[in-house]
Amino acid sequence: MVYSFPEEVLEYVFAFLSSDKDRNAVSLVCKSWYEIERWCRRRVFIGNCYAVSPQIMIRRFPEVRAVKIKGKPHFADFNLVPERWGAYVYPWISAMARSYPWLEEIKLKRMVVTDESLELISKSFKNFKVLSLSSCEGFTTDGLSSIAANCRNLRELDLRESEVEDLSGHWLSHFPDNFTSLVSLNMSCLGSEVSFSALERLISRCPNLKTLWLNRAVPVEKLASLLRRAPQLVEFGTGACSTEIRTDIFSNLVEAFSGCKHLKSLSGFWDVVPAYLPAMYSVCSRITKLNLSYATVQSPDLVELISQCSNLKCLWVLDYIEDAGLKALSSYCKDLQELRVFPSDPYSAEPNVSLTEQGLVTVSAGCPKLQSVLYFCRQMSNAALIAIARNRPNLIRFRLCIIEPQAPDYLTLEPLDTGFGAIVEHCKELRRLSLSGLLTDRVFEYIGTHAKKLEMLSLAFAGDSDLGLHHVLSGCESLRKLEIRDCPFGDRALLANAAKLETMRSLWMSSCSVSYGACKLLGQKMPNLNVEVIDERGPPDSRPESISVEKLYVYRTVAGPRADKPDFVWTMDEDGALRFS
Amino acid sequence: MEVGVMKMVNKEKLGLKETELRLGLPGTDEEIMAKNLIMNSNGKRGYKETVDLKLNFSDMDRTDDRKEKNLHKEKTPAKAQVVGWPPVRSFRKNIMEVQKNGSEETTDKTGMGGAAFVKVSMDGAPYLRKVDLKMYTTYQELFDALGKMFSSFTIGMMDFMNESKLIDLLNDSDYVPTYEDKDGDWMLVGDVPWKMFVESCKRLRIMKGTEAIGLAPRAMEKCKNRS
Repeated sequence: MVYSFPEEVLEYVFAFLSSDKDRNAVSLVCKSWYEIERWCRRRVFIGNCYAVSPQIMIRRFPEVRAVKIKGKPHFADFNLVPERWGAYVYPWISAMARSYPWLEEIKLKRMVVTDESLELISKSFKNFKVLSLSSCEGFTTDGLSSIAANCRNLRELDLRESEVEDLSGHWLSHFPDNFTSLVSLNMSCLGSEVSFSALERLISRCPNLKTLWLNRAVPVEKLASLLRRAPQLVEFGTGACSTEIRTDIFSNLVEAFSGCKHLKSLSGFWDVVPAYLPAMYSVCSRITKLNLSYATVQSPDLVELISQCSNLKCLWVLDYIEDAGLKALSSYCKDLQELRVFPSDPYSAEPNVSLTEQGLVTVSAGCPKLQSVLYFCRQMSNAALIAIARNRPNLIRFRLCIIEPQAPDYLTLEPLDTGFGAIVEHCKELRRLSLSGLLTDRVFEYIGTHAKKLEMLSLAFAGDSDLGLHHVLSGCESLRKLEIRDCPFGDRALLANAAKLETMRSLWMSSCSVSYGACKLLGQKMPNLNVEVIDERGPPDSRPESISVEKLYVYRTVAGPRADKPDFVWTMDEDGALRFS
Repeated sequence: MEVGVMKMVNKEKLGLKETELRLGLPGTDEEIMAKNLIMNSNGKRGYKETVDLKLNFSDMDRTDDRKEKNLHKEKTPAKAQVVGWPPVRSFRKNIMEVQKNGSEETTDKTGMGGAAFVKVSMDGAPYLRKVDLKMYTTYQELFDALGKMFSSFTIGMMDFMNESKLIDLLNDSDYVPTYEDKDGDWMLVGDVPWKMFVESCKRLRIMKGTEAIGLAPRAMEKCKNRS
């Protein structure tokens, strides 16, 4: 006899499953569980917009309320993906407009979003609540006007790090007078000045506003007025703080900040005059996240501020902090989990600040909870890396950028293989790693042997031969994303590990040694992969097969070759023939 | 003249490899171009010989090739800027520049704090492009990027009969890079310091040489008036 729970009970139980992994596992149990689960899945995450089509998503999950979609490969952030490559969101919006009338949330990353898409969103989803456009492009402030004017229940509008064509600041004034639902607004990437009175009124009438990241155009003398209207803020990003210091501005600011009892996160500080920083001292003890990566102030002023933030968990800062500042950080901020140090002058040959590997070593020693690191510097040694690895075996993300490509250990002139080897050997939970400096195939042997939980690996100017790539592809069991530029990796390793590519989200290789012939072969062998050759020199057919392609992007997909390729992208298909869009 | 169609030219056959427009160190061929490595004068080690495993990764030819390439690199300039390196997002690139300019506000031409997108038109091309001037630090970088951007049009315009090399777009007398400055005047690109150019450039136009006569003298006058 077969006993089964009524569907409603199963549905109720499944509602407690939030992770996609769990829901996917549940779907595999049996056909009826698959059916029940797919009708009650409300959130879908699509890591690669070309891995699946909107139609496939809608067919399987008819009652979705929230989607998150990612488009271009990560290296697009550094201009390695040519313009017009793709990642257009419009087909998704148009399909969802027809099939998901109750959609509430759209979160996009590295996608091309047009004003047309934004207008369609604003008119198609009556209960639309959350729009997050991270590192997106293709739209103007006119598109934002549509969103402001039509989304009556909007809670979140987050434009972080997007490239918006800023026609005017007028878009903000399109929020109707009876619009009160705003919880989060991030407009930090915009340039134009918005009407200050419109902004003040908006903030005043939205009692649930918790996150407000202003843009550079809001001057420091206007901040107090805004803060006074929103003392409930949890996250706040200032505008430019470059107005010459005046006692009245300063004291207003002090008073306004002291009224904000719930502030946990601070950002902004463009061009901040150091004398303003003390205005924030009253909130420092509660601050857990501090983004000073636009603040061009020197180490002593930074230290003054940081030394008050005993509960700091996350710090983003420029290398002006220097080794001395990092030493102070390590002694004051024992709860620190994430540190990102950005370069103030990445293109100068000579160091402009006194920031070396020592700063990172000190933080790794003094901050026991440190798990996530992004560090730009100009010198590194194996000894330092080994020390960091031994100090912090709990590291989860380690991204090191030594500014000079192929820079060796500055003490011994050796490659940095053993240093990074120590990182992967000691940090058994490492999920993300970016390498730099002089590296041979040996480092990849270490990575393949030890980095069993590694999910994302970024390489540049590293390795000697295909052996390096082979170690990574054959050894890193959890690898999902691999991005490579300017490494001497070629056909053999790629073809020998073709099957591995189906277990990963994507592989990016640019300025490597992968021949067009090998790309064709890979496309033939692996029908579930899209093997895209990106080459701005014209069709690969017009050159000998042995010539290396400029860029290669390989990703698994159930949607087949994409139909929106530009004229410099070719998909290698099963017939081994070139396929144009 | 046909400009809208990208002609599929077999560059190899016409021996035009050397004159191709692209970003890369001078003197590199197709194989080496992919490497695009920067010289490190601090005792950089050459590539080791690879080990022969069951997978037969040893490749003597390859090692020799690389030695050759290393020598080749010795001759190339010590510092050339590599695209996308160091991996810093564009909105972070301009921090230092702003600092150096002191209290001078950077005019935001688009939303991105510090980005400076301007339209670029080329006489005869069917559509315009846009470039972010803040992405470059020298005129040569800008010219390289523009050359790449408009190369598809120049292929179409090439004179097959003369077997002439692909026109180096901006060094040839046929085309002149000009820009419209804040005052609305059309200026010759290259006269003023790079930073001054970025601050004052509103749009770019790659003009046919015949129309550019008379620009240079005005540009000189303008510069004198400024300083």
